[in-house]
Amino acid sequence: MSARFGIGIDIGSTCAKTVAVDQGGNVVWRDLRPTGWSSVDTAAAIRRDLPEEIADGARFVATGYGRVSVPFADRCVTEITCHAKGAAALFGLSDLNVIDIGGQDTKLIVVTLGAVSEFAMNDKCSAGTGRFLEVMANTLSVSPAGLCDMAGRGGETRISSLCTVFAESEVINLIGRGAPRENIAWGVVDSVAQKVKTQAGKLRLGPGPLCLTGGLCDFPFVRARLEAAFNRPVRTNPDARFAGALGAALYALK
Amino acid sequence: MADYVKMWKDLGMDLESHDMLCQVLPTAVGDVFLTQENRPKAMDFWDLVISEVHGIRPAELIEAQKAGRKVFGTFCVFVPDEIVIALNGIVTGLCGGSQFWVPGGEAVLPKNTCPLIKASVGARLGRTCPFFRIADVYVGETTCDGKKKAYEILGQDVPMIIMDVPQMKRPKDILKWKDEIAEFAAKAEAITGNTLTVENLKAAIRTVNEKRRAMQRVYDARKSLTLPISGRDALLMTQISFFDDPERCAQMCNRLADELEQRIRDGVSVAKPGDRRILITGTPLAVPNWKLHNIIETSGAVVVCEEMCTGTRYFENLVDDSGETLDDLFMALAERYMKNNCACFTPNPGRVEDIIRLAKAYRADGVIDCSLKFCGLYDIEKRTVAEALKAEGIPVLPLETDYEDSDAGQLRTRIEAFVEMLNG
Ligand code: SF4
Ligand code: SF4
Repeated sequence: MSARFGIGIDIGSTCAKTVAVDQGGNVVWRDLRPTGWSSVDTAAAIRRDLPEEIADGARFVATGYGRVSVPFADRCVTEITCHAKGAAALFGLSDLNVIDIGGQDTKLIVVTLGAVSEFAMNDKCSAGTGRFLEVMANTLSVSPAGLCDMAGRGGETRISSLCTVFAESEVINLIGRGAPRENIAWGVVDSVAQKVKTQAGKLRLGPGPLCLTGGLCDFPFVRARLEAAFNRPVRTNPDARFAGALGAALYALK
Repeated sequence: MADYVKMWKDLGMDLESHDMLCQVLPTAVGDVFLTQENRPKAMDFWDLVISEVHGIRPAELIEAQKAGRKVFGTFCVFVPDEIVIALNGIVTGLCGGSQFWVPGGEAVLPKNTCPLIKASVGARLGRTCPFFRIADVYVGETTCDGKKKAYEILGQDVPMIIMDVPQMKRPKDILKWKDEIAEFAAKAEAITGNTLTVENLKAAIRTVNEKRRAMQRVYDARKSLTLPISGRDALLMTQISFFDDPERCAQMCNRLADELEQRIRDGVSVAKPGDRRILITGTPLAVPNWKLHNIIETSGAVVVCEEMCTGTRYFENLVDDSGETLDDLFMALAERYMKNNCACFTPNPGRVEDIIRLAKAYRADGVIDCSLKFCGLYDIEKRTVAEALKAEGIPVLPLETDYEDSDAGQLRTRIEAFVEMLNG
């Protein structure tokens, strides 16, 4: 007998996302909170906050880098597989190319006929990830959201270093030379997009559209720079940061 | 561990640092090997050797040296063991596979040198590996740039012979390699004080061929869907074969192969139902580098073959021993060794052909192409490998890693995702 509800918990490096779906795959509950210091504590807190009528008899799938820290999970599935499934459901497509810009890593996933056919993840380096954006936002004394906002008003500026540490000194240099902050922000966002594009060079992208998921999906300028870098439209969705958790929840139903 | 402290001291080793190394190794062996269930019994030999890796074999080598034999340390499967063996010398592999030695290497090499080179140099200069101390002479080769330059640094500390490996595989390159082997033979004669003859070279060729056949037998057993041995155990066997006496190695591998063949007949498999079969290709995995195999084999998959120098490239292709003159035999050696498809050759279509052939023969569900960080040769070749495999419909996961454990989580995510992808 399959469970009444499927619950997916995506413990990312910055945020923990939870989605519960019913038998028909409809989202009945969701939650977003910072991962904090301890994934185990966060998972326990999520479990406590889940309404009993949903949690009772539900099946749990954990995903994300903290997936092994969810002791009550029935199964762990990697974020690659979950993001692919979640994004396919969110965008209603079975052929798509997922760009997930996460806190610590960026994933590119080619989905063909609903299944992962190829993927790439960035290396240890944080360039092209949410972390990179955060570091640069700090340097400019704004929030990541503020940086993306500002960037939309900026003019073309190139940051050439692909390494976060060097890029940071480049930014400090630009500040020193009195470059407008908007322009620097433009360069930061563009650098993320360029790095993602470079990473995609290792893959054979499928014919489906590019779909942006992860924490940066709310920032229109990120999407705009990605569209410019790929020279292709990039779709997104207000719920796209829940793609991994949704995918996990759908796996829990199976 | 038996008391080898005096031996290490006599070798001029840094005992304090060496103690630290000795402390981490047993934990690693325990975690990677002893946690496995249902291992072939014949692995007891390799368990013993690895548990006293700095004791048993080094002590044998020192005894042999006392009897006047010379020990040649090598870093690459291009160096023809047959020549040394024919001259009553001993060959030992010297590649460093532990992060422990990397900082020592980084003290004299650029950080962006591959970890294998950094560890090898660090093991020598840090005086923490008995094999590096024991070898009377090192034999290097002109394969990759990093090694070429590192040999210059090692050469300041230890006698060094460099063999000039061709970069292409035209008939004239094979002839050049034959000349290089002849020149090496002359140098090895001077070092050992012995003379190469058709008889002793033929005998050595047979000895090494025998070892190759025995290793191939173990690998052949891995082609079976009833998988009688884990990738970790097979890798350990291969790694140790670089250090061991060739005749004993053949004997032990045959003993293992006997057991594996029996296991197949009895339906004894180390794989769980549904485990995916993986072929690994790429840069060598020197002892004690078991990281990749360990992650793969704890992620719902099993390693069935290594297209690597610590794998099929070490023992595939036999040397023709029918020649009647030394010149004939040198040519036969040159032809055999030049069949190795290391990424240092250009063009290198043979490697892609090998990978596809092996993926089919070992019934692999997918291929993991993994290179050590900062190895440009294998990294650049990944694209060609991936395209060829995709054209064959064989899924491939390209990876890059070094000796540190800090990327283990990321590697695991990628490998698990790859396995999930293979599971569909
Ligand atoms: S990978 Fe190339 S250089 Fe390294 S041991 Fe093998 S043949 Fe030699
Ligand atoms: S792994 Fe690559 S860089 Fe390192 S020694 Fe081998 S060929 Fe050279």
